Amino acid sequence: MSQWKNFSKGFFKENAVFVLFLGLCPTLGVTTSAINGLGMGLATTFVLVMSNLVVSLVKSQIPDKVRIPSFIVIIASFVTMVELLMQAYVPALFEQLGLFIPLIVVNCLVLGRAEAFASKNSVFSSIIDGLGMGLGFAMALTILGGVREILGSGSIFGFKFIEGDGMLVFVLAPGAFIALGYLIVLINKINKKTA
Amino acid sequence: MDYIIIIISAIFVNNIVLNQFFGICPFIGVSSKVETSAGMAGAVTFVMVIATIVTYLLQKYVLDAYGIAFMQTITFIFVIAALVQLVEIILKKVSPALYQALGIFLPLITTNCAVLGVAILAVQKDYNLMESVVFAISNAIGFGLALIIFAGLREHMDMVNIPKGMKGVPIAFVVAGLLALAFMGFAGLV
Repeated sequence: MSQWKNFSKGFFKENAVFVLFLGLCPTLGVTTSAINGLGMGLATTFVLVMSNLVVSLVKSQIPDKVRIPSFIVIIASFVTMVELLMQAYVPALFEQLGLFIPLIVVNCLVLGRAEAFASKNSVFSSIIDGLGMGLGFAMALTILGGVREILGSGSIFGFKFIEGDGMLVFVLAPGAFIALGYLIVLINKINKKTA
Repeated sequence: MDYIIIIISAIFVNNIVLNQFFGICPFIGVSSKVETSAGMAGAVTFVMVIATIVTYLLQKYVLDAYGIAFMQTITFIFVIAALVQLVEIILKKVSPALYQALGIFLPLITTNCAVLGVAILAVQKDYNLMESVVFAISNAIGFGLALIIFAGLREHMDMVNIPKGMKGVPIAFVVAGLLALAFMGFAGLV
């Protein structure tokens, strides 16, 4: 598999959210606006790339039986770093994302890539894989956040283009489920056409 | 009175799955049958309550006492992972039947963000030990309730004619959205 394919599979063919259904909790929880989705996506990308890097470096040292707890501790260290960095440099975004930052630890996407990819492949491929999957995840969150923001508050990335409120339900919990459901249908359709 | 508010708010008003989006993976993943959903709910209840107690004590007597609160995420997830492993070993010895019934759901609980979420929320809300336990139990009930209702809906959905592109996960999300809409009716109850 070429590195380009390795990188690009995360966007459509194996998109974490739309195709693999991984990491759904933050996907639904933080995407009330496009910018929140983007922030969460980039934070997750950082954790994913770093954990893939470290896991692929130490993969031969870790006994098979304790690999899952070891991976989780590696991931948790990077999540703590992101938590502290965001608190220091983007406190507003940190406030918005709230509990979902520490919850990156239990994002099945991160652990899933460590287990399924980084523990079997070379360091360089693992970094590329993490970058691709992470940016694909960020893209999915930004799209979902964008759709909910346009429908829910009539704005995109904070720029308002209609007067008054939108359909409030899309900013609230039910809208997240419904918007994601229909987006999955759309992506399935696109994937079928290109395949 | 405080306890009643915590219970009603956690089960209905701020339902952990439908309102706060914790534990969506098992919610979508294992909710195709009512029976397996009930098993999952039972296992989660068990781990969630014990995890909340242990992490509460750790937070109070270790993390806060020594000023290392920034280690919260690492400590908590480690406790939960260890607990799940422990529960697995104990169940295997004490009740093989239950162990068989829960099967693969047990290890999956480690990555159920509802468990870590509730543990962190209980600390953030400054609950005391008793309140934390009540909070954990009610959230576990809320999780089970959402899971079992949803499984019931999905069992019926198998018999309905659905457009081809919507089959499976997409329609599950739309139904979950409608269920969440129904639960919004509880808003303002507390």
